[in-house]
Amino acid sequence: MDLGRGRFLAAAGAAFAAGAAPGRVLAQSVKLPFENGDRPLVAFPQKRPLIMLSPRPPLLETPFAVFDDGVYTPNDAFYVRWHLSNIPQTVNADTHRIAVTGAVNASLSLSMDDLGKLPAVEIAAVNQCSGNSRGDSVPRVVGGEWHNGAMGNALWTGVRLRDILDRAGVKAGAKQVQFHGLETAVFPTTPSFKKSLDLNVARGDDVIVAYAMNGEPLPVLNGYPVRLIVPGWFATYWVKMLSAITVLDTVDDNFWMKTAYRIPDTPNNDVLPSQTGFPTIPINRLRVRSFVTNVADGGSLPAGSRGLRGIAFDGGSGINRVEVSSDSGATWRDAALERDYGKYSFRRWNAELDVPRGTYIVAVRATANDGATQRATAGWNPGGYLRNAIETYQVTVS
Amino acid sequence: MTKQPLIVLAIVAALGASAFAATKATPPKGTATIALPGDAGMAFKPAPGAAAAQANCLSCHSSAYVATQPVLTKAQWTAEVAKMKNVYGAPIPDDQVPAIVAYLTAEYGKP
Repeated sequence: MDLGRGRFLAAAGAAFAAGAAPGRVLAQSVKLPFENGDRPLVAFPQKRPLIMLSPRPPLLETPFAVFDDGVYTPNDAFYVRWHLSNIPQTVNADTHRIAVTGAVNASLSLSMDDLGKLPAVEIAAVNQCSGNSRGDSVPRVVGGEWHNGAMGNALWTGVRLRDILDRAGVKAGAKQVQFHGLETAVFPTTPSFKKSLDLNVARGDDVIVAYAMNGEPLPVLNGYPVRLIVPGWFATYWVKMLSAITVLDTVDDNFWMKTAYRIPDTPNNDVLPSQTGFPTIPINRLRVRSFVTNVADGGSLPAGSRGLRGIAFDGGSGINRVEVSSDSGATWRDAALERDYGKYSFRRWNAELDVPRGTYIVAVRATANDGATQRATAGWNPGGYLRNAIETYQVTVS
Repeated sequence: MTKQPLIVLAIVAALGASAFAATKATPPKGTATIALPGDAGMAFKPAPGAAAAQANCLSCHSSAYVATQPVLTKAQWTAEVAKMKNVYGAPIPDDQVPAIVAYLTAEYGKP
């Protein structure tokens, strides 16, 4: 296996230091490993300093070292991504309502108290931006230029969307369920941000309207007081500050479904950069990925240590196996999987390198229970979506 | 008296994950307010055409959103400005488009 390393993350150490355990010196900025990758670290309300891509709308990336601290990503370190400029900065949970309308027998207007009367469920699930790692696309594509930190894993508490739909009574012939939140555009000519799921997906056991994140109210920037949780699916569907659920008897043709967030309907969803005219489908499930969390690319393990640890996840079949390599993918050895928090969660892993002192190209590869694994080299699509190539790290051991 | 906390701790430890379920979160109450820093003071690089970019691009997003893009060609910046106008509905006057494209290409792009 040839894990060609076209680029080298020279300044990863800076990004890593930004993990910010109390008392650690905090870097003021980081350089992500691609052109125009300079980013300041900025603390937004309810957030520790995060890697700021844009202040308006806020796009904030989680410094990668945070993922080494535990299976759940702390709320104050969880990445942030909004589309439109007007985000409510004051949200009253007591007056917030979710309108349930459309192809239903009885329209509803649900308060937080109403949600509290439905059965509560908890689920650990990874929320990953569709464009996570977009900045690593070669050739580059326009968009939110993230490295790998536009993701997080949380324990979500809420009520099943299905229970809400059943209270309203979905009419025969309904096809999709559309979700809308409180963010609005500056101009009425800008398409409102609305996302839709096929009815059978929306009625899944694990799709919830969540009012808590890691046991606490959601930070405003992550969607207080409620957001949709679609475990195993990319975060574009996880609508924040959820205010409307509309049952559709047609397939949603709004801009954010019909034009944006589409992937090629081709083998592996790949196309050539020169290719045009291919069919597309809405982005959907996460692909299997794995990362090292205790050392950054270009970093060193503590003297005498050969221990690697990290995380893996997929789109909902669960992680079956994680392997590490210290020779750029020529040979592999199994990592030990830590406790299973559920099939949608990060799965932490540990491995020991069996190497003398030196500098190595370490690689990590996960295989999911559905048999899917990671490829040596990334495919390409115009949106910069779905990246899940095997990650490699130059690591020095002493 | 003194033994009770130990018993509770032992039960919590034994339950492990399900201890969490016993303290399930409930829907939030009350108002949450934040003050976003915004992007005042984050202007585009000063250069000819900056005023047109400032006037039209910053209605909807920060200059950082532009500055963090890959280094795009003139054709790519032309496509981006057209996308903002035609797809995202930004009311950019036609006569300002060339100045914006020229500025973005010069300051944030390549020929």
